Amino acid sequence: MEHTSLLERILRGAALALVVIFFMFPIAWIFMMSFQTNETILRIPPQLVFEPTLANYTALITGKLMTAAGTLDIAFMRNLGNSVFLSVTSVAVSLLLGVPAAYAFARHKFRGSEDIAFTLLSFKFAPALLVLLPLTLYFQKLGLANTYIGLIWVYQLICLPLILWIVRGYFEDIPADIEYAYRIGGHSWFATFRKIALPLAGPGIAAAGLLAFIFAWNNFVFALVLASADKQPVTVGALAFITSSGIQYGQISAAIVLSITPTLALALYAQRYLVEGLSLGAVKG
Amino acid sequence: MTAATTHRAGPSGFRISKRVLPYVLSLPALLVCIGILIPFLTSVVYSFQRYRLSQPWARQFNWGDNYISFFTDPKFWNTLKVSLLYAGTTVVLELLLGLAIALLLQKRSTLNNFISIMLLMPLMTAPALAALMWKLMTNPGFGVLSYLASLIGLQDFRWASSPSTALFTVVLVDIWVYTPFIMILLLAGLRSLPTQPFEAAALDGVPRSFVFFRITLPMLTPYILTATLFRLLDSIQQFDIIYAMTQGGPGDTLTVFQVEAYLNFFQSTNVGRSAALMIILWAITYLLSNIFIKNWLRLRERARGQA
Repeated sequence: MEHTSLLERILRGAALALVVIFFMFPIAWIFMMSFQTNETILRIPPQLVFEPTLANYTALITGKLMTAAGTLDIAFMRNLGNSVFLSVTSVAVSLLLGVPAAYAFARHKFRGSEDIAFTLLSFKFAPALLVLLPLTLYFQKLGLANTYIGLIWVYQLICLPLILWIVRGYFEDIPADIEYAYRIGGHSWFATFRKIALPLAGPGIAAAGLLAFIFAWNNFVFALVLASADKQPVTVGALAFITSSGIQYGQISAAIVLSITPTLALALYAQRYLVEGLSLGAVKG
Repeated sequence: MTAATTHRAGPSGFRISKRVLPYVLSLPALLVCIGILIPFLTSVVYSFQRYRLSQPWARQFNWGDNYISFFTDPKFWNTLKVSLLYAGTTVVLELLLGLAIALLLQKRSTLNNFISIMLLMPLMTAPALAALMWKLMTNPGFGVLSYLASLIGLQDFRWASSPSTALFTVVLVDIWVYTPFIMILLLAGLRSLPTQPFEAAALDGVPRSFVFFRITLPMLTPYILTATLFRLLDSIQQFDIIYAMTQGGPGDTLTVFQVEAYLNFFQSTNVGRSAALMIILWAITYLLSNIFIKNWLRLRERARGQA
């Protein structure tokens, strides 16, 4: 790289600038729109300078929207609450089920272990609607239709394979000798798991949990098919929002900003682990 | 210690034989997912039935009729065509763009690292919400992109609401969301390549195009394959972006597999046809995922070896 000419450096810089503009512009623009009134949004040409207002956010948070036609109730905070509840609970359940299983797959090559691990992985790649459409009919019979329990159950399809395969890699990275030495000291497998394996794999487990949270939060199709308005997370709620009349574009933008901020913040916080997580442990960052 | 011996009692008196232990640990995870396998089998059964939710009394097995009728059904061929076109276009463009960006950011520097982290943000945006963002930006009334299009002479560019540009628009959103995925995997791959071949080539004064095509690209191939197959598996099943943007419209311009199955199920309540569509998509993804898993395992082994 020492021999790069000035021209090449300029071209590289320009290309990078274009890349950054393309990928950052939509987020920046929606962010700006969320601080505008309908009046300034509708102005042509689009305005870069405007008087920022927090009215969109206050309308969303109080759930009352003043329009020319009167006051409109918006349940967006409910959607946001649903997103938090569904994602947190699903990840907690997944960790509870997935971490011991990952440990079993990493430490014990037992009969059928690879088959089971791959079966769990294959859920990640099968079309969601293949399972979801019959599931709607079953859920109605079982009384699970439009319940949090039903949703958290199917959310395991997103979280569990992810946690299982990432955490398994972290357990495999712990030298078996460390655990063996502790076992020789007369400790049970459970004590070894709790005192040695869990703490050493801790960062990996946390990263897998964060990533599973992001995927659960960003999921759309599961709740679209299985939940009605009062149980819907933001991804589905925001779509209903855009089609309902009387909603102002600034409020939609503010709703989008509130919906994407948690995942963006978590991603920036956990970016060190994202490469490994996104490739299910195939590539190390 | 032999496999059959029981463990010495732990502090709380645990006694589980070593042979059973791994099953005990992994069974709960499996059981939760077994519940998911049943609907899968149900889908197979439905796909061999004449089954409309609106006419439950007429439900009966028609065996292969749902599949056979696909051959003469222009809507099915349209679904197949649009799905393949969508998956092919997005994956090829994302691969080229992702590789180019990864090469631009290859050198470790504070600025490059900062940019690569920033570029993750679209990938972490929910695809359905990303589609909404682009929908706002391409609104004919006030959308900033519609305005920019009019500046370069495209006065009435209708984006997703015109059949001629709808595919372009959703592909653009897909590129925005998923290019960073390919970029970040290839960047990690590039940075993990051994340095000796490059140093040797630099000493010998080998031209850079030769280095790229004969050293960089071959060494990067496992990463490219894994990233591409991963995206292909996802893209052929795309639902969120297309449904949130146009619900498969205008007309049946964008009725890819999952969107068509969703509309068949909920709008025309034709469960049999919907299930048959999903089984065909499943067959495609099953083939792809087998190829993918082979490559992915090889790469995973290598990553573990480095640890």
